[in-house]
Amino acid sequence: MLAYTIRRIAQSIFVLFVVGLVAFSMFRFVGDPVDNMLGQERTQEDVERLREQLGLDQPFIVQYFRFLEQAAQGNFGLSYRQGRPVAEILLERAPATLELAFVSGMMALAGGIALGIFTAIRRRGFGANVVMTLSLIGVSLPTFLIGILLIYLFSVELGWLPSFGRGEVVEVGGWTTGFLTASGLKALILPSITLGLYQMTLIMRLVRTEMLEVLRMDYIRFARARGLREKSINFRHALKNTLVPVITITGLQLGSIIAFAIITETVFQWPGVGLLFINAIQFVDIPVMAAYLMLISVMFVGINLIVDMLYFAIDPRLRADRTSGGH
Amino acid sequence: MTQTETPPTPAPVKAPSRLSRAWHSDLAWSFRRAPVAMISAFVVIVLVLSAVLAPLIAPHDPFNPATLNLMNGFTPPGEANAFTGDFFFLGTDDQGRDVFSTILYGMRISLFVGFAAVMLAMVLGVILGLLAGYLGGWTETIIMRVADVQLTFPAILVAMLIFGIAKGITPPEYRDQMAIWVLILAIGLSDWVQFARVVRGATLVEKSREYVQAAKLIGRSPLSIMLRHILPNVLNPVLVIATISLALAIIAEATLSFLGVGAPPTKPSLGTLIRIGQEFMFSGEWWILFFPAVTLLALALSINLLGDWLRDALNPKLR
Repeated sequence: MLAYTIRRIAQSIFVLFVVGLVAFSMFRFVGDPVDNMLGQERTQEDVERLREQLGLDQPFIVQYFRFLEQAAQGNFGLSYRQGRPVAEILLERAPATLELAFVSGMMALAGGIALGIFTAIRRRGFGANVVMTLSLIGVSLPTFLIGILLIYLFSVELGWLPSFGRGEVVEVGGWTTGFLTASGLKALILPSITLGLYQMTLIMRLVRTEMLEVLRMDYIRFARARGLREKSINFRHALKNTLVPVITITGLQLGSIIAFAIITETVFQWPGVGLLFINAIQFVDIPVMAAYLMLISVMFVGINLIVDMLYFAIDPRLRADRTSGGH
Repeated sequence: MTQTETPPTPAPVKAPSRLSRAWHSDLAWSFRRAPVAMISAFVVIVLVLSAVLAPLIAPHDPFNPATLNLMNGFTPPGEANAFTGDFFFLGTDDQGRDVFSTILYGMRISLFVGFAAVMLAMVLGVILGLLAGYLGGWTETIIMRVADVQLTFPAILVAMLIFGIAKGITPPEYRDQMAIWVLILAIGLSDWVQFARVVRGATLVEKSREYVQAAKLIGRSPLSIMLRHILPNVLNPVLVIATISLALAIIAEATLSFLGVGAPPTKPSLGTLIRIGQEFMFSGEWWILFFPAVTLLALALSINLLGDWLRDALNPKLR
């Protein structure tokens, strides 16, 4: 267990170093940082001074470690476009993305597990077939088209829900939340469906496959033979054993929810980190791009690590395999 | 546009006899028994053909300002324009461009980017996968480590990042011209890992087979063993991944263009058209958005279904 943990952590740190190298190279080689910071009127002296100030006269590797040191302290420099510290802008935008990701993640999990169980238990039923067909279409639909479709239905035609923005937000200790106002909650509905639908179909299909597999096992047949009630078999005996892979996949999906939030946020003009990133690409705002990359990779790597450890802790079979077959 | 389109199924360059035999027997047999695959293939062929032949089919040239009449703007589909009396099958957009023609030209760009990106990913992935699997050692460690790092992130994010970096490197006046090539590079580089992993896995299996040992014994060079002996035997899964990747690449391209980090409005792909059409959704001109969206959907869905069928047909275990 310990050896595995250490190896896994070392791997994660390696990934972060590589990503850091990419982020740093963007800073260093995409456009000249001195050019970006000094205006038209500058002397050769200014250039030299700034170069020294920024440490650009140092060897590459020294610069890289300096960059990492700064980044670890949350200092990513100034946005080329807004002229404000990148960390400040990111912090300001983070609550919007996190709230959206949280709501759609919960929705995907609850809906996915419920529909997965339903389609597994009533495998040949009409309802289950309809759900399965819809999920197939759902997987093929690009996220942004789902968003547009929802906007067309619920904002343009029916006029029930807003088509863009977060609605009214309340500030609670530096965190802006949309959970506390009616318009904020209403504004959350369409974006979270858009974002969560794909994940929901994934979880649903996974739960269904696992459940069908488990229901075929001997111990379930045995439980039936013992005369246990169908409900108890399905939910107490079968469901428990299907949840291990579901946890892993859901954990891994958490990362992609944040990444796919970029698309949803653009469709709904949701003022989160993803929209910030897209705008940064459009205007080649390198510090924002680099900071977003670092931030999201810390998150991805962290999630992967936690999920792996969790998997290890939950499934005793894995542990036995590793310790006995390992060396 | 001077590009030439590739045929719908990216057939391997050096088709080995095994594959062609399969084409004539098993594959064709299961194709005849799969109505979904037949319909999908039909849709794909029709769409690809109409994209390739766009200059011949399209009633108007949407990129020639001389043929546009602003008076024709916002003509609803299937109706004659109230001022000019001109008729447009699928209506016109705000500038009086025929929506049907823009879709044909847009599909050309979508398909071109999709095919080229998958080709890039496939060539890169197959080469790196072969090298990693056959040579092993440090080569393998480095290649697969890079693959692992990249796999930590969703492909679309990697593509966005590559697009952003490339945009930063190209001077502003060339950005619109280069956008298509940058897109191909971004999507292609974001997608090679799958190919590399599968090819490496299959190569590891094939490497220990007798025919490879025999080839080694008679003094064949490693390069020729990889290309002429191992490659033909690992192509089946590559073909399946390529088909499914094509649908994904087309969707990725549409997504990027929709987000405004892809094909520019001067060379619109289906995604760009949807982005433009979205602005008119609120004012009631639904057709500017609707028809490009449906075309994209039909294209992606039918390629996807075709890929699904191909996977089942080429995998004897699933039968």
